[in-house]
Amino acid sequence: MISVENLSKIYGTTTVVDGVSLAIKRNSITAIVGTSGSGKSTLLRMINRLVEPSSGRVLIDGQDTRAEPAYLLRRRIGYVIQGHGLFPHRTVAENIATVPRLLKWEAPRIAARVRELLEVFQLEPARYADALPHQLSGGEQQRVGVARALAAEPGVLLMDEPFGALDPIIRDKAQEDLLAIQRRFGTTVVVVTHDMEEAFRLADHVAVMSAGKLLQYDRPAVLLRRPADAFVSRLTGLADRAIRLLSLVTAGEAALPGTTDGPTVAASVSLREALSELLWCGAQSARVVDADGAVRGQLTVEAILARGRP
Amino acid sequence: MSAAVFAGARPLWAGVRRVDPLGAVLVATGSAALLLLPFVVFKANRIVPGNARALSEVLPAWQTLGCDAALLLAAVAALWIPAARLRLALALVAVGAVALAAGAAGDALTPPGDAVVRIAPGGAFWVLMVCLGLLATDATTRLRPGPGLRVLFLIATLAAAGLAISYGLFDHLSVMREYAVNAARFAREVRQHLKLAFGSLGAALVVGLPLGVLCHRVPALRPGILGTLNVIQTIPAIALFGILMAPLGALAAALPLADRLGIRGIGAAPAVVALFLYSLLPIVANTVAGLKRVSRAAVEAAHGMGMTDWQVLTSVELWLALPVILTGIRVVLVQNIGMVTVAALIGGGGLGAFVFQGIGQTAIDLVLLGAIPIVTLAFSAALTLDALVESLDRVRAEGR
Repeated sequence: MISVENLSKIYGTTTVVDGVSLAIKRNSITAIVGTSGSGKSTLLRMINRLVEPSSGRVLIDGQDTRAEPAYLLRRRIGYVIQGHGLFPHRTVAENIATVPRLLKWEAPRIAARVRELLEVFQLEPARYADALPHQLSGGEQQRVGVARALAAEPGVLLMDEPFGALDPIIRDKAQEDLLAIQRRFGTTVVVVTHDMEEAFRLADHVAVMSAGKLLQYDRPAVLLRRPADAFVSRLTGLADRAIRLLSLVTAGEAALPGTTDGPTVAASVSLREALSELLWCGAQSARVVDADGAVRGQLTVEAILARGRP
Repeated sequence: MSAAVFAGARPLWAGVRRVDPLGAVLVATGSAALLLLPFVVFKANRIVPGNARALSEVLPAWQTLGCDAALLLAAVAALWIPAARLRLALALVAVGAVALAAGAAGDALTPPGDAVVRIAPGGAFWVLMVCLGLLATDATTRLRPGPGLRVLFLIATLAAAGLAISYGLFDHLSVMREYAVNAARFAREVRQHLKLAFGSLGAALVVGLPLGVLCHRVPALRPGILGTLNVIQTIPAIALFGILMAPLGALAAALPLADRLGIRGIGAAPAVVALFLYSLLPIVANTVAGLKRVSRAAVEAAHGMGMTDWQVLTSVELWLALPVILTGIRVVLVQNIGMVTVAALIGGGGLGAFVFQGIGQTAIDLVLLGAIPIVTLAFSAALTLDALVESLDRVRAEGR
């Protein structure tokens, strides 16, 4: 649980973050979105005190973040930035071992943890452990960056535009991996992004910022159905908000009892993709199946469309 | 059809007919020197002008022919053989042959037991050595050896030269005669030379690195500090020695302890201080430039993961700036090895002592006894540090 209380940052006469308060639940993913210059990065960086707040405070699990020196606080919080920031003179394994080494873990424990993370991120240890960052592809570098941030099993992971530099296909995979890893380790993730698609895909809660102020902090569906003001509705995509609503629900969640002889869709895909499939096939209903092929129910075009209304 | 035949024949023809331009210049220069300049010079004592002797007048026919054959092969290689390995090998063989011939000429011309006559290598010898050296260097460059191999090559060359000298092959040549007279002092002056060059480098590192970091962290200080160091750099060495004499002399007069430590207006102290001041600019400027090129994302990530400021500086920033800082150290070291020579003028010692003593006595052999080791030291330092920078940069070239 992270609680941000009335947090402000003022540089000279410019107020970059203006009295923001929000409570972030444990084991959730929160996205902070906004246009550039909205203060979203500064807000994130005040959580691990890379930027010291001008006023207000941040509590993590009830403890004020100012209770210990900033560098000790940061060792308990994972941090991922755009362009990964890997150390070019250190191998992949050494990069991942950075925080465990700072925490003076025993060598065997570090080696085991590095190995585990390499496997979790599908980086074969024999091939990647001793490679230098420049020998990796962009997607691999990004995965090492996330693995490095998670090395010391932090309860909180802060990410600043983590996937901004990746091409669409690799970004898609990186987002999928992040969701899987968040479920596996139960980390509380706060991610800054300007990509609404990404925010809706990843986040349980979205915080919309503009000119240093927090405009709305809610579940994605609420943001779409009841935007706090015109700016939020414009940012979240006024024109295709119905379609975006569909992308928040999976076929499995929306499946109705019964079955049909229409096309088959996986339970894990969103209603948006299911609808697209139905349009493509010219069918009125589809069968929803599990990963193991068992039929979970059916979906009709009407039932899908009903989910896209306010 | 005929075009194809022509194209197929081309490598053979091209190899023989196309003359290597650098090779042509070197062969022309070497041949002219061999024809017009003396190979060795015979002097009745170390100061009088000598008279020239050709190789054929001095050595048995088979030795002269051997040396000529080696030179001829090197000339053929220089003109027509494009294979770098062969060029290098033949150039080195010729270097050896010319050196041995000069050594043998010294032995042949020196009457047994005589310590007064001087046999000096003549103009032809030096020009040939330079031409063959350039041929070997060019061939080495074409081979593009890695940094490790280059250092190995340097060590092998120095070892071969050292071995030939300690075996006594050149004992009757004039420079070695001067060495024989000054052996004990030579060792002392070499030590003093290195002490002055490395000592001032060490002091410049101790002061310059923190100063560079400070300039990087506080940009407002940068123009002032770098500007001051730039001005110091423009003061001529002799003038700087003169400027330092007064304050250091006053210090010695006021503090007996300083005097006892050797801090005086003349001697090693002003030399070290002047070299230290000259060394600061390359160290500080390169530290600033090196830190500037460090990836900002890496520094941000380092802070974000909980490194202390000191850890970020020592284990990320300085490490990544190291190749640029080493380039600065290379500049300073080569510069210092050369400039320590001038320190002999104010009683600082070092190999420059031989140079200036030799000039005073018009004994050119004594000048060479100082100059050859200075050039060798500077060249070795430059090559070694270049190799070090390159090997570090190879790892990081794409890592920024």
